[in-house]
Amino acid sequence: MTDAADLRRRTAELLAAHPPATTDKLDFLRARFDAGLAWVHYPEGLGGLGAPRSLQAVVDADLEAEGAPDNDPRRIGIGLGMAAPTILAYGTEEQKRRFLRPLWTGEEVWCQLFSEPGAGSDLAALGTRAVREGDGDWVVNGQKVWTSSAHVARWAILIARTDPDVPKHRGITYFICDMTDPGVEVRPLRQVTGEAEFNEVFITDVRIPDARRLGDVGDGWKVAQTTLNNERVAIGGMRLPREGGMIGPVARTWRERPELRTHDLHQRLLKLWVEAEAARLTAERLRQQLVAGQPGPEGAGMKLAFARLNQEISGLEVELRGEEGLLYDDWTMRRPELVDFVGRDAGYRYLRSKGNSIEGGTTEVLLNIVAERVLGLPGEPRTDKDVAWKDLAR
Amino acid sequence: MSTQPNRRAEPDLLYSEDEEALRAAVRDLLTDHCDAAGVIARVESDAPHDRELWKLLADGMGLAGLLVPEELGGQGATPREAAVVLEELGRFVAPVPYLTSAVVATEALLAADDGELLADLASGRRIGALAVALNVSAGTAYKVVRFEDGALHGELTGIADAAVADVLLVPADDGGLYAVDASAVTVTPQVSLDLTRPLAKVTLDGAPGRLLGDAEPAVRRALRAGAGLLASEQLGLAEWTLTETVRYLKERKQFNRPVGGFQALKHRLAQLWLEVVNLRAAARNAADQLATGGDDADLAVAVAQAFAAPVAVHAAEEALQLHGGIGMTWEHPVHLYLKRAKADSIAYGTAGAHRAALAELVDLQAP
Ligand SMILES: Cc1cc2nc3c(=O)[nH]c(=O)nc-3n(C[C@H](O)[C@H](O)[C@H](O)COP(=O)(O)OP(=O)(O)OC[C@H]3O[C@@H](n4cnc5c(N)ncnc54)[C@H](O)[C@@H]3O)c2cc1C
Repeated sequence: MTDAADLRRRTAELLAAHPPATTDKLDFLRARFDAGLAWVHYPEGLGGLGAPRSLQAVVDADLEAEGAPDNDPRRIGIGLGMAAPTILAYGTEEQKRRFLRPLWTGEEVWCQLFSEPGAGSDLAALGTRAVREGDGDWVVNGQKVWTSSAHVARWAILIARTDPDVPKHRGITYFICDMTDPGVEVRPLRQVTGEAEFNEVFITDVRIPDARRLGDVGDGWKVAQTTLNNERVAIGGMRLPREGGMIGPVARTWRERPELRTHDLHQRLLKLWVEAEAARLTAERLRQQLVAGQPGPEGAGMKLAFARLNQEISGLEVELRGEEGLLYDDWTMRRPELVDFVGRDAGYRYLRSKGNSIEGGTTEVLLNIVAERVLGLPGEPRTDKDVAWKDLAR
Repeated sequence: MSTQPNRRAEPDLLYSEDEEALRAAVRDLLTDHCDAAGVIARVESDAPHDRELWKLLADGMGLAGLLVPEELGGQGATPREAAVVLEELGRFVAPVPYLTSAVVATEALLAADDGELLADLASGRRIGALAVALNVSAGTAYKVVRFEDGALHGELTGIADAAVADVLLVPADDGGLYAVDASAVTVTPQVSLDLTRPLAKVTLDGAPGRLLGDAEPAVRRALRAGAGLLASEQLGLAEWTLTETVRYLKERKQFNRPVGGFQALKHRLAQLWLEVVNLRAAARNAADQLATGGDDADLAVAVAQAFAAPVAVHAAEEALQLHGGIGMTWEHPVHLYLKRAKADSIAYGTAGAHRAALAELVDLQAP
């Protein structure tokens, strides 16, 4: 078993062979992946060493101390947080070898083609069709929507209906879609913030080789659960310093601008500061549980907590700014590669954080999940369970 | 801070195996000896405290001396373990003077460095109470009595668990903290909102006292520990109300369905769960910081108390509402939890008082 000392030795070797100061960023990241120090809990040959997940922190700390470049995890969040664990769990050897390395180094960005105009919270109702041709390849037609990063993505995880004659959860298959295929058309969707961070994606006669199917035909819903569960816990394991989240900028504004202070805002700020600190501690506790190998259900709640806090805190900050709060930094329609909460002003944070309770499962749907899976309360009444997808009212 | 190798960068927010074992033992004992019907019957009597249970906890398990060093007959444990005990006591709204004697009075004596009394309290032979009103928070003013011609004179109200105390730790106007035998004062029970932690008026009419040391640092330390660990009691209390409400709503049917299947209620309970999860992290943080004596202890206590009180009250209020008519009855125990939660929200400082303390600590000054 690989232990911390072994990892530190390997890290030192990597740094010696590829001094960060003189090594090209991409070369360094590739070397790091090949040394098994990318995600140490992944298998050997796939960027890891089969070590305990908790030991990643040891590697990261040593690399950071030496000024090693990182792989810009925010920019490749969907690949790291969702595509990778799904490929690891369900991919063939060939798929793992082909996709994981450029995914981790950031050479290839991923997006998630799940939601459709008619299937959001009820994702299993999706209508994008994949039909098998004689040669075994699949031909896909349909429309996806709200796809973050589709405009910069090289690959997509995609779910499509392969059997309309069975109930909706059963007729779905999971694919890896090539975003450079000419049948894939990405159109920006402008958001409340003015920018277009997500897109509509039209899929017309896109051929997907059977070798790019993930999991068995008809098993797509099960595979998608891996993706969605990882999506929801991705936020939980974060390590935030105190005032590391949205509360940071507003606390700084408060300290630097005494002329803006009012008693009402003071009370609300302190209350939110306390709640943000409690949420931060909960995330830290969750992380410690993961490290100790006893993951708790807390992860399910963290996204809910941060969504609400981000919205309340950013709303408060707009008010705190008074006259400035009436202004906005820039309405130019841009197509950013990632969300930049701190690089923009309070008005942007206020508007963008409205998406936090919608993306990755709405707050309402997540509350249902907590109530049912954590508290064991009865499920919602279901009328679609035994009905073939094609017979459902739409 | 991270440059000091022996200081942990982050608090340990988990429970150790020993702490879990302690929890299991306390819970077993309480399950056998502290049922809700018994607590309700007791609070209606003249003797609301459960002395039998206290004997089992103190003598049997040595819990009264958890925070007392081993050489004084205690267990030499830390606030982390005391917090686990308080979670369980909160879960049962146990009418015992644990928080007041084994935590608050004990911490005052630890500050005053009084071995003899500490040993007495640790053994459970005597019960101590700090004679400061329960609503006072660390760092704010408290009432003192007059020290004149070698004796103490005055009246103090809102003293929690004074009714069972054998010794009172009384701050006087000369700046000293005095140990006063309960037999030398008049203790008059006050009608309390929370009958499981009753308050009393203490009248000193020339009572003799033994000087323990300076009152200010001892009182401050005691109240800070009380506030910090109270969060764990509030956690246990909130957990019980949530668990019990979930259980009831799975069973209770209306409109031909378990009412727990209605989404409006599911969402309320999920929200409550989330609050409790956050409370656990905040309470553990306070206990851990008090245990390690970290630089962040004041902040951790302020955060825990500012967060805990509204959560515990919310949990108890939701429990009552969601139990419907039965929740409003004397016979159902939810009222014990509501009264404790509401009283706890004032004890050792309100959430607002702790927020004000926090504003200073993290430099978020008032206008
Ligand atoms: C910023 C952003 C980025 C996104 N990025 C992506 C992406 O990259 N890839 C992708 O596939 N998708 C993405 N999405 C889509 C997102 O996952 C969906 O918007 C979301 O799942 C909700 O679906 P919907 O929009 O169809 O709303 P609907 O499901 O139509 O919901 C409408 C309202 O009804 C409520 N509701 C629905 N069902 C229930 C229920 N059972 N109980 C109670 N209330 C209910 C919802 O909470 C909501 O308030 C993104 C969304 C946003 C906002």
